[in-house]
Amino acid sequence: MGIDLPLIWAVIIIFGIMMYVVMDGFDLGIGILFPFIKGKSDRDVMMNTVAPVWDGNETWLVLGGAALFGAFPLAYSVVLSALYLPLILMLIGLIFRGVAFEFRFKAKDAKRHIWDKAFIGGSLVATFFQGVALGAFIDGIQVVNRQYAGGGLDWLTPFSLFCGVALIVAYALLGCTWLIMKTEGKLQEQMHNLARPLALVLLAVIGIVSIWTPMTHPEIAARWFTLPNLFWFLPVPLLVLVTLYGLIRAVARNAHYTPFLLTLVLIFLGYSGLGISLWPNIVPPSISIWDAASPPQSQGFLLVGALFIIPFILGYTFWSYYVFRGKVTHEDGYH
Amino acid sequence: MFNLQALDLARMQFAFTISFHIIFPAITLGLAGYLAVLEGLWLKTRNDTYRDLYHFWSKIFAVNFGMGVVSGLVMAYQFGTNWSRFSDFAGPITGTLLTYEVLTAFFLEAGFLGVMLFGWNRVGRGLHFFSTIMVSLGTLISTFWILASNSWMQTPQGFEIVNGQMIPVDWLAVIFNPSFPYRLMHMATAAFVATAFFVGSSAAWHLLRGKDNPAIRTMLSMAMWMALIVAPIQAVIGDFHGLNTLKHQPAKIAAIEGHWENHGNEPTPLILFGLPDMKAEKTRFAVEIPYLGSLILTHSLDKQVSALKSFAPEDRPNSTIIFWSFRVMAGLGMLMILTGLWSLWLRKRGTLYSNRAFLYLALWMGPSGLIAILAGWFTTEIGRQPWVVYGLMRTADASSGHSVTQMSITLALFVVVYFSLFSVGLGYMMRLVRKGPKTNEGAEPSHGGPGQQRTPARPLSAADDNGEGEYSHSLNKEI
Repeated sequence: MGIDLPLIWAVIIIFGIMMYVVMDGFDLGIGILFPFIKGKSDRDVMMNTVAPVWDGNETWLVLGGAALFGAFPLAYSVVLSALYLPLILMLIGLIFRGVAFEFRFKAKDAKRHIWDKAFIGGSLVATFFQGVALGAFIDGIQVVNRQYAGGGLDWLTPFSLFCGVALIVAYALLGCTWLIMKTEGKLQEQMHNLARPLALVLLAVIGIVSIWTPMTHPEIAARWFTLPNLFWFLPVPLLVLVTLYGLIRAVARNAHYTPFLLTLVLIFLGYSGLGISLWPNIVPPSISIWDAASPPQSQGFLLVGALFIIPFILGYTFWSYYVFRGKVTHEDGYH
Repeated sequence: MFNLQALDLARMQFAFTISFHIIFPAITLGLAGYLAVLEGLWLKTRNDTYRDLYHFWSKIFAVNFGMGVVSGLVMAYQFGTNWSRFSDFAGPITGTLLTYEVLTAFFLEAGFLGVMLFGWNRVGRGLHFFSTIMVSLGTLISTFWILASNSWMQTPQGFEIVNGQMIPVDWLAVIFNPSFPYRLMHMATAAFVATAFFVGSSAAWHLLRGKDNPAIRTMLSMAMWMALIVAPIQAVIGDFHGLNTLKHQPAKIAAIEGHWENHGNEPTPLILFGLPDMKAEKTRFAVEIPYLGSLILTHSLDKQVSALKSFAPEDRPNSTIIFWSFRVMAGLGMLMILTGLWSLWLRKRGTLYSNRAFLYLALWMGPSGLIAILAGWFTTEIGRQPWVVYGLMRTADASSGHSVTQMSITLALFVVVYFSLFSVGLGYMMRLVRKGPKTNEGAEPSHGGPGQQRTPARPLSAADDNGEGEYSHSLNKEI
């Protein structure tokens, strides 16, 4: 056969989810960091740093869902059914925080606190359950006859709950370093002070997940800890350490852009680690991307469009960020 | 209590979430088009009324769009969470169409929305207008794909089934399936008409309170031209859509008409009112007009329309519901046409902006388009039952295997969250409507010029009537 369509589609979806994690990560992170900042004006600034782009960020999540539906319908139907409750709770979290963007600025002063809470709560719930869903996904999904065969609460394990907490920390760091880049003055200083402790906590949770996962999943342990794999994959944890070191140094010398960029690298490395653990399964522990693929007539038709359109999407997404580049100040009233 | 099965709950959940959702994209589609027209008119005529209206409606658009995005996100996942067997079966087709929607429409809308809403002082006029057009185009493209997908489920073609899964063989046949052109035209037009009545209603509200200015008059005038011209066109499109449905889904038409059996060669009458009874297999209290059913549905006086009894009981859609949902839609459509005609009469006499009876009608017709859209969708979707993919997969075979408990919890969650959040959102939209358009919003800042790099979003202190920050910022404080 010529082109390995399922492989290409897996790469596109992995890329799409990566874009989502990075982009919605920092804007969910802003919601997570809201409780640390009390003033209305500072909170306005925080929200305004993402107001023009949050919708585009979330579109990557829709792409993840839709592309899975089109290119890997079996995975879409099984995974989404298995992770039913965490996904619904994630969606409801996203609803609360999504409407808060507009409602908060339309509310009377006396009511604004409601939407602040919706923004905080929604961001926390969405992030936590995204992490839970991820943890449960790593734990594996029981499938019989192309249908989910487990119970309604199989996703609820200590590991998945811990993954929920871990993702909150990761998104908080993304949000924090994003704000260091996009703001100035006292708000930036506060974020600056948060960055180091957050980075250290993130190191701890990455460490715990990295130990916990292979301990409970022998096949993942085998993937990492056999020779020669170990040598190929060793750079990932090493780079995590180097990046974190660089991040803490960058924060110490008061850099504005580097902390965010290094956090992106960190997220990318964590994501690669996950990919190494699970590849080529799209429904762990046993359904591969080739088993779950939709027919080549679908994947091929979709690929033509995707390859043509995605560069345009990246182009105008970049343009939109470019238009709203630079620091956001108290005088900026996008809203 | 009600002895509901998990399947019933899944159907209720889908119906509930999509009914809420469809309201927002319908307004988004209509308002995006309206905003593009307003900005274009402003650029062409330099009449600042259009610019003021643009700013006024873009705030309402923003609130509405946010609600559309988050409620739409739920839809993108609900196929998999609740309808996994459908997703696995039809995913190669519907999933692919949905992905095209995301790639070609959602990103386009989202990518240019930021500049459209927040970039008035950051980019030149031409680029801003371009952004508005891209958002508007995005909403239209989105309509194209989602209706292709829905229409394919109504009138599937261009596929073969191998090992229990759909294999697309001809994508053009899949996308341009028989009911697609009619449904697309009908829905897009419905969104524009519904938005026009929403806009007209807002104008009427202000005029009734004595707030009469050129911007308000422009709103009413534009809305009523739409009502006059487009509402009748919509009726014609609807007629074609009906003929198409009769050809491909005769059971749906029979249920819509509450038409149970044909007697000999008697032409089909039209039942104006009645109460279809699914158990007794007849329509009670029917008020009939002879020949009219044949005339409307076959455009002849002698041809018969197939009757419900010619379909097996398990293949019949629920006539009790769609008999009435159809009449609600069609009745509102007639009222819209009459409103448009009356507006023309008053316009000729010069009393369009002052006739209180008419203004009250325009006010109350505000939600008519949205109600008609919901009623129309109820008709076509319930009319598709018991099939999820017409003739190929029954709805009962499409769902995920969730327990009644799980389904009840999530349904209750959605009901509580949607009613509380979206009613607040609609409340904010209404509050913005009540504020009315302000004059000189978004006037040129004192420095910078078209196409120039401007100082980022400087406060428009010179232009703003109360000396506060940028337009919606100042508005927030007032509210």
